[in-house]
Amino acid sequence: MSDHNYTPSSKFGKWFNDRLPLLTLANHLTDYPTPKNLNYWWTFGGILTFCLITQIITGLVLAMHYIAHADLAFSSVEHIMRDVNYGWLIRYIHANGASMFFLAVYIHIFRSLFYGSYKAPREIIWILGIMIYLLMMAAAFMGYVLPWGQMSFWGATVITNLFSAIPLVGESITTWLWGGYSVDNPTLTRFFTLHYLIPFLILGLVVLHIWALHVPGNNNPVGIDIQKPSKDTVPFHPYIVIKDLFALLLFMIVFAFFVFYSPNILGHADNYIEANPLVTPAHIVPEWYLLPFYAILRSIPDKLLGVVAMLSAIFILAALPWLDTSKVRSAVFRPLYKQFYWILVIDVLILGYVGAMPAEGLYLLIARVATAYYFLHFLLILPILGKIEKTTPLPLSITSPVLGGSADLAMAKNTDVRKEKL
Amino acid sequence: MSDKKKPNRRDFIFTATAAVGAVGAGAAAWPLIDQMNPDASVKALASTEVDVSSLQPGQSVTVLWRGKPVFIKRRTENEINEARKVNISDLKHPEKDEDRAKNPEWLVMLGVCTHLGCVPLGDKGEYGGWFCPCHGSHYDTSGRIRKGPAPTNLEIPKYEFVNSNTIKIG
Repeated sequence: MSDHNYTPSSKFGKWFNDRLPLLTLANHLTDYPTPKNLNYWWTFGGILTFCLITQIITGLVLAMHYIAHADLAFSSVEHIMRDVNYGWLIRYIHANGASMFFLAVYIHIFRSLFYGSYKAPREIIWILGIMIYLLMMAAAFMGYVLPWGQMSFWGATVITNLFSAIPLVGESITTWLWGGYSVDNPTLTRFFTLHYLIPFLILGLVVLHIWALHVPGNNNPVGIDIQKPSKDTVPFHPYIVIKDLFALLLFMIVFAFFVFYSPNILGHADNYIEANPLVTPAHIVPEWYLLPFYAILRSIPDKLLGVVAMLSAIFILAALPWLDTSKVRSAVFRPLYKQFYWILVIDVLILGYVGAMPAEGLYLLIARVATAYYFLHFLLILPILGKIEKTTPLPLSITSPVLGGSADLAMAKNTDVRKEKL
Repeated sequence: MSDKKKPNRRDFIFTATAAVGAVGAGAAAWPLIDQMNPDASVKALASTEVDVSSLQPGQSVTVLWRGKPVFIKRRTENEINEARKVNISDLKHPEKDEDRAKNPEWLVMLGVCTHLGCVPLGDKGEYGGWFCPCHGSHYDTSGRIRKGPAPTNLEIPKYEFVNSNTIKIG
């Protein structure tokens, strides 16, 4: 933003902007040069912002009626559903909003994987994104505990017990997390506090995520560096704003379908039974968006190693910019990577499926193979692929493939030549 | 190393200031961390007494102690024999049944799976003891882990017979 010279037209605007350059910021966001070939997979950043704001607003309203106490939480949620004006709507938006948030974030993450958006110079954007994703999982998990149903209670028990796998201090950490000797009222009140806090931490990270994005600018489907601004870019407003809004509209149709026509399909019937510390539900499963990691946890027949594998599966993503050794970003020009990408997508879907199934027999075998492949993809396939893959020629600019310009890899790699041309 | 600057008085003052500051920050942080540990009211509920006079051999009762289920099982002759004839060296967490149940007829243990804390189901599983539905751990008639992801046997809490009909847990 340092290269930004903007002078507000009004006298007051100039007076204000000299003291706090908010108008300069607004101007930067409006004029922000965006690659003109961004496809609809690039609209999920805007959709995710919408999801975060929706969760914060509906959550704020729910907190006005919810009571964070082990004896009252369950009935206060039923009170919201039955007595509070539009309480059912607000709660269903919040509960399904969490699922929609994860749906959008998974599309957003897999878009980055396909188009290599995590590669230099965008590593920090990517790592901030992984941190947001981790906080989202923490917020979703704690939010799921608040209604204090059977799945809330036993989900909380199982997840907090993951920490007991830590050698030596595990038990003390678990007791500290619980504030007692089991999940109980002190656990509920602190989860409520943290559930309230985390969305604002996410909001802060989102600001950093966008800030870091605006330094190099957006990646694009062709994955090449472009001059900004140039023939290859369009201003963010109105071009991207309108496209984002249209995509958001489509997304909201899906969202509304869940809220109004099947608000409980993504939940578990067991959570409409009040928490009972003496009875574990016969079949415990987390929410759908955590299932792949749950499958990895269960596929390892050792407590500590299972927890380590599950956490590694998430943290390995942070190392991705360095595990993927290929200099070419977009999978469009990587014939082999493109195939491995889709195998990974299928692998994660399989993990999600077996995560919902009982951990025995064939399901366990499939989970083990899929877990092994997941790590193989990141630790072996990606580093080697970058060295041996023969990529197809990159275009010189975004405009050239459209206008049928010659796509010459040697030329494209020579950035000096390219800059002279522009 | 030889061209490295020798620490002077100013360096010492910086280090000392930082050290004192770190101790102060730690001291200020500790109450904020420790407030999350079990409070006095939670600790006060440390023991519970259970009347077991109505239990017949083969029956069990589950009671809540410190928010956790405790299984009290009056074992049959068969179950005791089953538990005692096991070769200790075959066990994942070797413990003699004699050490787990001082009075062989009565088995008192936490009903908390040592894997991730679910409540195992009684009279189930491949070893005729308990089975955890969450992630498939099998326990024998002494509550010892025999198969599945749980690392250790079901925990035995501190307990005693106050009289022949009453067990005090905790």
